[in-house]
Amino acid sequence: MASETTAPPRPGWTEGATRGEAFRRGILEAPSVSFIVIVTMFVGFGALARDVGLGIVQAVFISATVFALPGQVVLADQIAHGAALAAAFLAVTLTAIRLLPLTASLLPHLRDRRTPHWQEYFLSHIIAVTVWIESMRRLPPLPAELRVPYYTGFGATLFTANLAATALGFAIAGQVPPALAAALIFLTPVYFFLSLIATSQNFGDRLALAFGFVMGPALYLIVPGLDLVLTGLVGGTAAYGALRLKEAGKK
Amino acid sequence: MTGDASNPYLFLLIAGFCATAPWRVLGVMLSKSIDVESEVLRWVRAVSTALIAGLVARLVFFPAGALADVPLLVRAGAFAVALIVYFAAKRNLSAGILAGEAALLAGLALT
Repeated sequence: MASETTAPPRPGWTEGATRGEAFRRGILEAPSVSFIVIVTMFVGFGALARDVGLGIVQAVFISATVFALPGQVVLADQIAHGAALAAAFLAVTLTAIRLLPLTASLLPHLRDRRTPHWQEYFLSHIIAVTVWIESMRRLPPLPAELRVPYYTGFGATLFTANLAATALGFAIAGQVPPALAAALIFLTPVYFFLSLIATSQNFGDRLALAFGFVMGPALYLIVPGLDLVLTGLVGGTAAYGALRLKEAGKK
Repeated sequence: MTGDASNPYLFLLIAGFCATAPWRVLGVMLSKSIDVESEVLRWVRAVSTALIAGLVARLVFFPAGALADVPLLVRAGAFAVALIVYFAAKRNLSAGILAGEAALLAGLALT
């Protein structure tokens, strides 16, 4: 199977770099456009948490234990509506299933012989859309032995910044004008979509983007609650099928 | 805080962490037997891509909170502006995001 991706060049700093240097490099290179966007989105989550009546420690607790914005937003929304524990659990579960393919596809890029398997479970705790997108962009060009320390430095920085952002958002909530609050929330869809375009690797990925975008709202009206899971399974499978057909046609 | 767990942190731990962590754990377990270039993984990629695209469209067309007070035309228009500028600026992520945000605020100021 020929991959359509072209390997980006290996960064110059990796020449003779130790794992400690890669860790520091991960911290230094953490701030980027997507870093600013995700931190801003966590500020928005902190504000939302206050809106629904949570305490500041509870808001930071959610960010630390869930660390996936769609799930966090759904959880806050469920609490706002006074949902029962089982209903809130199911709703968050449905947003979190997407973490399985994200984690499963990222781990092979992260794995090396020096990292014990159990540590991979800790490393996976921060995997969500942003970390997946950034890692898929940053890790492949690095030598395998430098990927875990680089990722750890990058991830620890992002994790810490997002917990601080949650507390900050909570503190400033209610003091920002509605237009600014709307702009904060609007960042999420715009950033997610443009990033998916940026990381799409083939015709199938782009088709999945289009299918998902059309099916998401349609299924939300027909089967609310299961809409995202069905959008992923049906839209993604159709896009993958079309990719296979196209590849078969080329042979 | 409402809910049927008496301790709010227990509620958050169950509905938050316990609903999220197992999928990451399963992902790590399955990744052992998955080859990065494998067909299963290409399918899984397509599924997760479609799911996130669906979430994006839902956030734009059926938002909650402060964004729900923004007219649909402004939301959809600003999203389109972000896409157009992203491609016009040779796939520049920050240009697309800034343009989309500027369009949203401009649209809000005009309505």
